[in-house]
Amino acid sequence: MDMSEIDTIPVTVTVNGRKVQRFVEPRTLLIHFLREELNLTGAHIGCETSHCGACTVEIDGQSVKSCTMFAVQADGSAVTTVEGLANPDGTLHALQEGFRQMHGLQCGYCTPGMLMRAKVLLSENPDPTEAEIRHGIAGNLCRCTGYQNIVKAIQYAAAKLNGREFQEAAE
Amino acid sequence: MNEMVITREQREARLEGMGCKRKRVEDIRFTQGKGQYVDDIKLPGMLHGDFVRSQYAHARIKRIDASRALALPGVIAVITAEELKPLGLHWMPTLAGDVQAVLADGKVCFQNQEIAFVVAENRYVVDDALQLVEVEYEELPVLVDPFTAMDPDAPVLRPDLDGKTVGAHGPRKHHNHIFEWTIGDKAATDEAFNSAEVTIKELISYHRTHPSPLETCQCLASFDKVKGELTLYGTFQAPHVIRTVASLLSKIPEHKIHVIAPDIGGGFGNKVGAYSGYICAIVASIVTGLPVKWVEDRMENLSTTSFARDYHMTTEIAATKDGKVTGLRVHVLADHGAFDACADPSKWPAGFMNIVTGSYDFPVAHLAVDGVYTNKAPGGVAYRCSFRVTEAAYCIERAMDVLAQKLGMDPADLRMKNFIRREQFPYQSALGWEYDSGDYHLAMQKAMDAIGYRELRAEQKARQDAFRRGETREIMGIGVTFFTEIVGAGPSKNCDILGVAMFDSAEIRIHPTGSIIARMGSKSQGQGHETTWAQIIATELGIPADDIMIEEGNTDTAPYGLGTYGSRSTPVAGAAIAMAARKIKNKAQMIAAHLLEVSEYDLEWDIDGFRVKGNPERSKTMKEIAWAAYNAPPPGLEPGLEAVNYYDPPNMTYPFGAYFCVMDIDVDTGVARIRRFYALDDCGTRINPMIIEGQVHGGLTEAFAIAMGQEIKYDEMGNVQGASFMDFFLPTAVETPHWETDHTVTPSPHHPIGAKGVGESPNVGGVPCFSNAVNDAFGFLGSTHIQMPHDAWRVWEAAKRLGLHQ
Ligand code: FES
Ligand code: FES
Repeated sequence: MDMSEIDTIPVTVTVNGRKVQRFVEPRTLLIHFLREELNLTGAHIGCETSHCGACTVEIDGQSVKSCTMFAVQADGSAVTTVEGLANPDGTLHALQEGFRQMHGLQCGYCTPGMLMRAKVLLSENPDPTEAEIRHGIAGNLCRCTGYQNIVKAIQYAAAKLNGREFQEAAE
Repeated sequence: MNEMVITREQREARLEGMGCKRKRVEDIRFTQGKGQYVDDIKLPGMLHGDFVRSQYAHARIKRIDASRALALPGVIAVITAEELKPLGLHWMPTLAGDVQAVLADGKVCFQNQEIAFVVAENRYVVDDALQLVEVEYEELPVLVDPFTAMDPDAPVLRPDLDGKTVGAHGPRKHHNHIFEWTIGDKAATDEAFNSAEVTIKELISYHRTHPSPLETCQCLASFDKVKGELTLYGTFQAPHVIRTVASLLSKIPEHKIHVIAPDIGGGFGNKVGAYSGYICAIVASIVTGLPVKWVEDRMENLSTTSFARDYHMTTEIAATKDGKVTGLRVHVLADHGAFDACADPSKWPAGFMNIVTGSYDFPVAHLAVDGVYTNKAPGGVAYRCSFRVTEAAYCIERAMDVLAQKLGMDPADLRMKNFIRREQFPYQSALGWEYDSGDYHLAMQKAMDAIGYRELRAEQKARQDAFRRGETREIMGIGVTFFTEIVGAGPSKNCDILGVAMFDSAEIRIHPTGSIIARMGSKSQGQGHETTWAQIIATELGIPADDIMIEEGNTDTAPYGLGTYGSRSTPVAGAAIAMAARKIKNKAQMIAAHLLEVSEYDLEWDIDGFRVKGNPERSKTMKEIAWAAYNAPPPGLEPGLEAVNYYDPPNMTYPFGAYFCVMDIDVDTGVARIRRFYALDDCGTRINPMIIEGQVHGGLTEAFAIAMGQEIKYDEMGNVQGASFMDFFLPTAVETPHWETDHTVTPSPHHPIGAKGVGESPNVGGVPCFSNAVNDAFGFLGSTHIQMPHDAWRVWEAAKRLGLHQ
């Protein structure tokens, strides 16, 4: 198809609390919109087939694999990416802290997606069991960590958000 | 001053040196989405490129017509072998001494082989244009099964080698034969078998798989025509090697090539080699004068860049009736795919497969490896292992179990009986290695006690009886593995890559205020070098790790190094760091002596500085010494405080470990449930226990995937099956077992800090452990060896073959 024949469509999205408007081709994937139009490169691409979860962002309170959604489908919604995860005062979110404290990441490529998935998981289930965490992040692949410390990182964050101290040390 | 009253322990602790669970420096940026990976980099005017790939596994290319693609607005160029020929770049040398087509030169030899490189303004237009390039093929007979590769009438896969009866590693026996590599005393080994009381023989295959890091291979090439300089960003585990290769191929002088490996999203061996994508992006940038980015998609990654394994190992052990091994004989049929692109040190066409004698005192052994071509993707990388070490460990660990079964001996007892004993180190193996250190009996006993081995065997016995009585449809398997790795390639006397010796390097600079920047030839892909390298320096030089910045991956600033793979960074780069630090320390001692007006010999090191022997009140901290080095160096001494070390290791290191797996298998569904997995690792001195545990968890998870289902399969037409995350098994958090970790510490005697490397041990030891558990479960039903991978379907089939399904 000839590029010049393709009309662009306006998209208005609130990204990390900031309203942005751009004209995009209808086929533009949300992940490319975020990464290339808005320079938010935190969300990554690992498969483009909705298997790996590296591209996970939050849209209107739900986890979405942004490689499997068109930017135009996000029109009018609120998108949060890892760049918008830290607390408004600039301190790190409990999950960001937990991932570091519990050694929940190695190469860091899956991490933004894991963090954003975990955020929604904890909003739906503030005090999950280990099994619930494992099921809750089953849409996000990690090739480095073997997940055990990711589970702990999420438990750490859950404890902190619930005002408890997390005792378990990173293995 | 408060400073003066802090205890020695506090002084030590604030360094965050070796042995402490220092939190990772890298995490601060990674958890905020501020890592910088290749695809995050954008340059003005940047173009994108990707490949037209072959539909067929074996075909002649009759015609390529790019006219419709070129007519598409936004398409800048379509490059084929014809365009590369005048530059001499249509073929490239491989690390294994073969050549590989950069773009198909009249013929394709594997499905998805690169045929043309399309360059366009953005990735969407590239994809549109790829559909418009017309390729006309004439199909050729396909060779998939390596066991038929050397049949007299087998199709000729590589007409470019016509008449070449000698390859890079000696004579070729057949048109599809690459090399034969043999080592060991054949006559003595044959004699051991002739006189053996007991022998076993088994074909043990290690299937084809793929490292599949979460980030695929990618690069961004930017050629500056005015300056004649090339900047190449890429997912390179060995950036300096890439620079040298790029210079040799492109003829751009090496000092005008700037290779930068930014953050890398996992490597596991996938990102060692040089791929067509790199060459084509460079050429496209030279041709267009604009930056060109190439990013593999997942299908391209799984089906083209670097498979691993595909070793078919016919394994024989000779032994006495009471279980003492007397000889080992192994023949390997190695499927290398269409081009021999193995990433091994040049003189080692089968890597370090001769570690196949494992942890056992074999008096004699013989190994022969035949490499053959097939119509499959090239590669043969070390997927989270030192070169072919995981194949070797799988081979011997599976074979020891087969022997135990034949002898009616417990597999742990058989291993104990045959271990190399502590007093035998340094130990000369029958196949030519000198093992540096180990205490195998200690490690094995500790592991057996920890897991409650004898009780587990008793439970298994009871469950087998229950199964026989028809009371359960579950069988229990106990996997036992004791592996010895060989890592840290390697000594220049036997290891090089394209002629460059496999040293590694470190440069450390102390600034006047006592903080440090240090650069290495290694390149982390998630191992956490920015954290751990600083810990080594902190301990060596008494500067807090938080005041030390580690930089890797920029070939303009880092000293030349051979990169990170094969668990070589701690054994080689880690040693270079310690040695560079010690050079600095020697100079610091001279400066301290000058400042304290005593002789150097009157000084001793004390945590973070030098003190006068017998008069500890008189001391200078490293920070004070650093200032003096720039402010008032002793007369006759050069100012400044920095050092470089290029470390050529005297030997490899030999990490080892004892792994146990307990699983329950439902014979009616084939589903294996991992009940426990216990891993004891001995990697010598431990730099950061938290990171070691993380490496072990990750490696075990990869081992679990490989053993239990992960495979790159081909059908009889050479179509690659399962080159997507839909089919290629990557375990999620749900399937992944819980890992129990443990350790013993046997330092390497020849390494400056005694460290051996650990990143790959869990993959090397994990795969045989899972496989042995599956095989152990079925053993009492008369089965000796079930091939990997052990996914539920194949396990179910194995149960069916054994007549367990009525
Ligand atoms: S890139 Fe979106 S799920 Fe993998
Ligand atoms: S940390 Fe590397 S993929 Fe998860």
